[in-house]
Amino acid sequence: MQVDIEDLSVEVAGARLVSDVALRAGSGQFVGLVGPNGSGKSTLLRCAYRALRPATGTVRLDGDDFHALGAREGARRLAALPQESASEFDFTAGEVVAMGRLPHQSSAGRVTARDTEVCAAALERVGAGHLAGRSFPTLSGGEKQRVLIARALAQEPKVLVLDEPTNHLDIAQQLEVLALVRDAGPTVLAALHDLDLAAAHCDVLYVIRGGRIVASGPPDEVLTADLLADVFGVRAHRVAHPETGATRLLFDRLPTS
Amino acid sequence: MSTDLPAACPKGSQEPGPAPGPAPGAPPGPAAPPRRLPLPPLLAGLTAALLVSVLCGTGLGAAGVTWGETLRFLRAGLTGGSIAPGEVSAYTIVWELRFPRALLAAVVGAGLSAVGVAVQAMVRNALADPFVLGISSGAAIGANAVLLFGALGALGVWALSGAAFVSALAAMVLVYLAARTPQGLTPLRLVLTGSAMYYGFSAVTTLMIFSVDRGEAARSAMMWILGSLGGATWSSLPIAAAVVLAGIGCLLWTARSLNALAMGDETAAALGVDPERLRRGLFVLAAAVTGAVVAVSGAIGFVGLMVPHVTRMLVGADHRRVLAVAPLLGAVLLVWVDIASRLLLAPVELPVGVLTALIGVPCFVLLMRRRRYTFGGA
Repeated sequence: MQVDIEDLSVEVAGARLVSDVALRAGSGQFVGLVGPNGSGKSTLLRCAYRALRPATGTVRLDGDDFHALGAREGARRLAALPQESASEFDFTAGEVVAMGRLPHQSSAGRVTARDTEVCAAALERVGAGHLAGRSFPTLSGGEKQRVLIARALAQEPKVLVLDEPTNHLDIAQQLEVLALVRDAGPTVLAALHDLDLAAAHCDVLYVIRGGRIVASGPPDEVLTADLLADVFGVRAHRVAHPETGATRLLFDRLPTS
Repeated sequence: MSTDLPAACPKGSQEPGPAPGPAPGAPPGPAAPPRRLPLPPLLAGLTAALLVSVLCGTGLGAAGVTWGETLRFLRAGLTGGSIAPGEVSAYTIVWELRFPRALLAAVVGAGLSAVGVAVQAMVRNALADPFVLGISSGAAIGANAVLLFGALGALGVWALSGAAFVSALAAMVLVYLAARTPQGLTPLRLVLTGSAMYYGFSAVTTLMIFSVDRGEAARSAMMWILGSLGGATWSSLPIAAAVVLAGIGCLLWTARSLNALAMGDETAAALGVDPERLRRGLFVLAAAVTGAVVAVSGAIGFVGLMVPHVTRMLVGADHRRVLAVAPLLGAVLLVWVDIASRLLLAPVELPVGVLTALIGVPCFVLLMRRRRYTFGGA
């Protein structure tokens, strides 16, 4: 499913946090959103999963205005992994995944055999089948993230929106989570903190600064030394991966003049 | 608190894959969920327990009425049978006092427990209860105006509950207006505003009690503030029962959305639930049920805090299960606490709220320590 964000602006308490953003994620693409802290990454993504309403502009899923769809219909097409993951409540991992079926169920409707099947398959998919009966708050960060991805997959979405999915994970978990999401099938729109990871995993990158998109395109073309110095304030070297030959990034502080 | 780990001992280092085998003493099977009781037998058992409890609440009391007589009077009352003239006072005790009182205890216990569950999910706070929104202490102002100053005398028997309900709703509007922001009702603001208002309303009530120089009136005001089912009559039952049942029905209907809300506002939004709208609805529902309950029984504390937690320890956090079990559990509990409040120091009657705390606190602490329960963090 194709995602088109057009002329999107967001205001919160009178402050304009995102201005005139246009972004396209083609069907099945992995699109990354990178930018320094406070640049508006999360704010932009919140509009894409209905936690915020844009002041102007639209989010389109295959042409349909996302905010004009009903909340449930929207959640059937697009699933999200927000940054918050604190649950005070002692749900089991299985129960957390089952919440992903919410947009597909009526209030009084019973849990169908298909619901159970989809949830079990989603947990297996992320390699967390053995966690189903475990208490969610007691899981490690990596396990939690896998369970939350399973919840998003249980929504059977066509689009997956991820806000810093690799936060608080160790390096092996980061690589694993990104590979999982990549192979899951839906179009992915993800805010990522780690530029090197973003470059390695994304088909297309959008760079955002001060609420505006300043560059976009394939990672190799976008992440130039000039742009990285300008937007992120770092000196970057592009080097070839000794085995794969893929471009990797090395960072140093900018020389203070 | 004593289980806090020293800072040098970080958690979460147990990542690398599944453990080679179960730890000594741990239950076998890696995914065995040990603390979920099966729902159907539990519900059947609780329903039976509730029937027995109400029967006990009707049969037990300071005035000696035998079980045989109690059952006969109940049948007479339910089916419209006749009784001997000499038995009228015993019949009155059973049919006009104890039976409606036991039923009211069940209704109040169920209502407070269900609202407790809803409020804890609504503000995502383990310490929340139906009274944290300030509604009960608002209701107390109205009730005390009637008890102390004889306000609304024209309403007769409805004056007390009517005044309590109306002032509960007024308190709700005040809390709502004070707590709301352009972004809507945020959980923390709601708790803070409710708690602050609680103290404000309580201060007004205390002021009213001190300004009236009549010991008896002050005593009944005190009784009301601590909660009592002594005022139960058949006439106080229908409205409270209807509001409580409707409230529980609505909550069961939204149980799935409550699960999503409990995970966070953004998660709820991502799952197609409008957290803002849901929280507004829950607020109104909580206020209506609390108002209706408090109007007939005063502010009975601790039930709405403890029963939701005990229920979660038994059946887990899924609100579909919690909301099915908690009202029954709360009903049974309050019927028995009311029996105790009548019998312990008979003929003196204790405020129920005192006993719910005295019995509830140790039970709660024991349960919490015995089972690995993680509301509010591991």
